[in-house]
Amino acid sequence: MAPAPTDAVGAPRSRADLFWSFSGIALQGFGGVMAVVQRELVEKKRWLTREQFVEDWAVAQIMPGPNVVNLSMMIGDRHFGLSGALVALAGMLALPSVLVLLLAAGFATVADSALAQGALRGMGAVAAALIVATGIKLIGALRGNPMGRAVCLALVALTVLAMVVFKVRLAVVLLVLGGAGCLWAWHCLRPLPPADEAPRP
Amino acid sequence: MSITLGTADWLDLFARYLSLSLLAVGGAIGTAPEMHRYLVSDHHWLTESQFNGSIALAQAAPGPNVLFVALMGWNVGLNAGGGPTTGWHAYVLAGAGAFVTMLGMLLPSGVLTYTATRWAHRNRTRRSVRAFKAGMAPIVIGLLLVTGWLLSAAHDQPARDWRLWLLTAVATLIVWRTRIHLLWLIGAGALLGALGWV
Repeated sequence: MAPAPTDAVGAPRSRADLFWSFSGIALQGFGGVMAVVQRELVEKKRWLTREQFVEDWAVAQIMPGPNVVNLSMMIGDRHFGLSGALVALAGMLALPSVLVLLLAAGFATVADSALAQGALRGMGAVAAALIVATGIKLIGALRGNPMGRAVCLALVALTVLAMVVFKVRLAVVLLVLGGAGCLWAWHCLRPLPPADEAPRP
Repeated sequence: MSITLGTADWLDLFARYLSLSLLAVGGAIGTAPEMHRYLVSDHHWLTESQFNGSIALAQAAPGPNVLFVALMGWNVGLNAGGGPTTGWHAYVLAGAGAFVTMLGMLLPSGVLTYTATRWAHRNRTRRSVRAFKAGMAPIVIGLLLVTGWLLSAAHDQPARDWRLWLLTAVATLIVWRTRIHLLWLIGAGALLGALGWV
């Protein structure tokens, strides 16, 4: 298994770097960009540690708007302020928009062929795998969580159980399980400085 | 399909997407049923197949899935211009449609997210902010697993779909355990699918 980076050592060199990095990420994102963001920004470019990524992802997910778009704005803002956020946003959307509209204009009928349908079916199965694998990898980032590993894993399991087995709506899951998690984390963070800043082995 | 859109209709389209923007918690796709009611059922600006095709194409093409919004706007504009056979005029309106819907979809949520996340980053050492991030982290990881599961479970006929599930399982293992470039896996999935093996 690839070693998990412990320190974010990289950073975008310029706004242009930010734009092209997010363009490259978006253009690789068949069936969703999230898995590619994790692979590129955490494992390759190391702009974020796995732990930072999970925290930012949590915020990006809770805020309204597309998750990966939110995340790109947050990262852009952190390095270059408002202009960075806009550049990252443009990177995420500009080239993919042009591409998808060209596809719509030129190849709409091709998508109906049996060959294309089969290819889409196979790509969809892999896209699902990318998302699951990203989730599994990020479980490792819970090691430093102040709630402790057992509580974290229980919350992960409850989320899956609630949505897959009991078909609970997303808003309810966020409110009830998310709310409980936040309250418990708040409780666990009481004795400062907290344990999650202790050096890890 | 050919429809007529006046200035008031364009403003209404923009305003509707502005209002949907803040409801898009957990992804824009959650507001698709609202869009369907507005664009297809109420106004008849899109056909059923244009609506579904927009979502399918955005998910298959590279890029954020929110681009399905641009595709819907594109098709509304195209219809307003009399359809693709009427020439460049229709494509100008199609571009306008894509721009209006995407701007509406991203403006309110973008401003809110930008403001809120700046505040959170400035106050990242606060106990409440740290508790929020730490408490939500396991939930959003669980949601990733759920998303992957739901995508697979959409194919629910074991006799036909077991090879598809096997592909997902094997690909999950490969992504988890190796650093192979993700595009190779997507390409392999496309090839296996095109050959009819999954």
